[in-house]
Amino acid sequence: MPELLQFLLSGITVGAVYALVALGFTIIYNASDVVNFAQGEFVMLGGMITFFAHAAGVPLPLAALIAIIATAAVGVVLNKLAIEPARGAPVVSLIIITIGASIFIRGATQLVFDKQIHRFPAFSGDQPILIGGATILPQSLWVIAGALAVFFCLWLFFTRTLIGRAVLATANNRVAAQLVGINTNYVMTLSFAMSAAIGAFAGVLVTPITLTSYDVGLALALKGFAAAMLGGMGNPKGALVGGLLLGILEAMTAGYISSQYKDAAAFIIILAVLFAMPQGLFGRKSTDRV
Amino acid sequence: MRLSTKATTLLILAAVIAIAPVFFPSSYYFRVGSLIFVNGLAVTGLVILIGYAGQISLGHAGFAGIGAYSCALAPVHLGLHPALAALLGALLSAAIAYLVGRPILRLKGYYLAVASLGFGILVSMVLSNEAQLTGGPDGMAVPELGLRAVLKAIGLDLSNTEFWYAFSGLMLVIGAWLALNLYHSPTGRALRALHGSEVAARTVGVDVAHYKLVAFVLSAVYASISGSLLALQNKFITPDVAAFMHSIEMVTMTVLGGAGSVLGAILGAAILTTLPQVLTIFQEYEQLMLGLVMMLVMIFMREGLLPSIARRIRGRAE
Repeated sequence: MPELLQFLLSGITVGAVYALVALGFTIIYNASDVVNFAQGEFVMLGGMITFFAHAAGVPLPLAALIAIIATAAVGVVLNKLAIEPARGAPVVSLIIITIGASIFIRGATQLVFDKQIHRFPAFSGDQPILIGGATILPQSLWVIAGALAVFFCLWLFFTRTLIGRAVLATANNRVAAQLVGINTNYVMTLSFAMSAAIGAFAGVLVTPITLTSYDVGLALALKGFAAAMLGGMGNPKGALVGGLLLGILEAMTAGYISSQYKDAAAFIIILAVLFAMPQGLFGRKSTDRV
Repeated sequence: MRLSTKATTLLILAAVIAIAPVFFPSSYYFRVGSLIFVNGLAVTGLVILIGYAGQISLGHAGFAGIGAYSCALAPVHLGLHPALAALLGALLSAAIAYLVGRPILRLKGYYLAVASLGFGILVSMVLSNEAQLTGGPDGMAVPELGLRAVLKAIGLDLSNTEFWYAFSGLMLVIGAWLALNLYHSPTGRALRALHGSEVAARTVGVDVAHYKLVAFVLSAVYASISGSLLALQNKFITPDVAAFMHSIEMVTMTVLGGAGSVLGAILGAAILTTLPQVLTIFQEYEQLMLGLVMMLVMIFMREGLLPSIARRIRGRAE
């Protein structure tokens, strides 16, 4: 039994990160119908900028804040320079643009910083905590709590604030939102900033556990994308459930079947879900307009 | 007399392949040329899938991997000649594409992207993890094709790089010819119809699911043969051939040059194959430049390089 609990705990930790990445996908997808493959790069930037700011002598919380703000700025620039000019482009073009952006960001990071693997200290020590025969790192608790906090804040934002509702309205129907006076360009910029900030935040939380380097973004983007699809693209609740489910599945596969094939198990389950429920677990059933 | 687009395309392609070596200062250029043709073949397959049928696949490197490893494994374990091994790989890819394509192609847009991506990742994972069979990440050796020796016996003595330049160039012309024929065939028209509007295609009686599957299987065979050629000319293969980035490169080459045009897509393959070679001098900047090129072309030349340029020239002439 402690074994199962151990796998569950590590699965939830990784899953929380996937959920945050998936959430980033969801926010941008809702605002602009774009799946942003550079999402993993935001996580990478969060970790990398924090490390280098911290190494330059900035206290860790301030370094993290700088990283989150800088990454949000990168998100805004990405939207302004690459996504907005390409409005109305077919899905294939948008996929290439955002993959191009992710390769570009990776190349730039490698130039500005370096190609080494980095970590910074965990927020509250590395002494594992014992729970029912299994152990969990304090940093894992930070990751899980951080993910839950982000979801709670977003829920408040979308249900309790005017601008949050404006984002929902834009997601629902762009033209109608414009007609009632919502500045949809502003909403898109905001979505990119939020999504990048959330990604960077995830990077800050998880780097002490998983380490970071200029090329960790791709794997995270694929997992986050898969999690978002599993939950149903465009649904924040789906992102949370999809991310956690994916993390747990991976941990179970690694523990009970084969650690080499943990990624395979995740994709097989996703394929199965897509075949049975093409819209994902929580996706809206869409009908084609002719 | 006006030549048909099909004849013009094939003529241009064959002429460039035949004349380019005159300007090659070293055998290294033959090597880059054959890499371009091998990529061009995979990309021609994707023109059928993306350009004609309007479907995306982010997992086509998986089929290249199947083709490549068939050439490495079948001679060792089944005692097949490498050429037959390549054929076996193509058949295997077709069969797998048929089985996987059925459920996958029901999905659209991003969902199709993630499903095909999942497939590609599974293949590359098997290739790198089944080390006792495939040599794992270290890769494995591939036997000699043997055609060069045959040519030598009949008096045609080509260096290894020259032979592969000529042979993969020939394969590319054949591949392009078949793809262009398909474009003008009833199947090609059906594919273009479902690209325009699936619903409209269905109402005029096109079996949409069937034709999507045809495009998927054909493009898989192209990718598989491209993988086989790469394995045979390098005489060595690693799981990189099936990696996600290779799938992305293939799609980018296709869309960069122009997914709707065979010649355009091959141009895209030429650019993206040459770029890293040129950029080795600026190795630090390679990723930066690659990403930038991908974004700029997709933002400012949505149909791809060749169709955009062609339109501009035509516009000026009128």
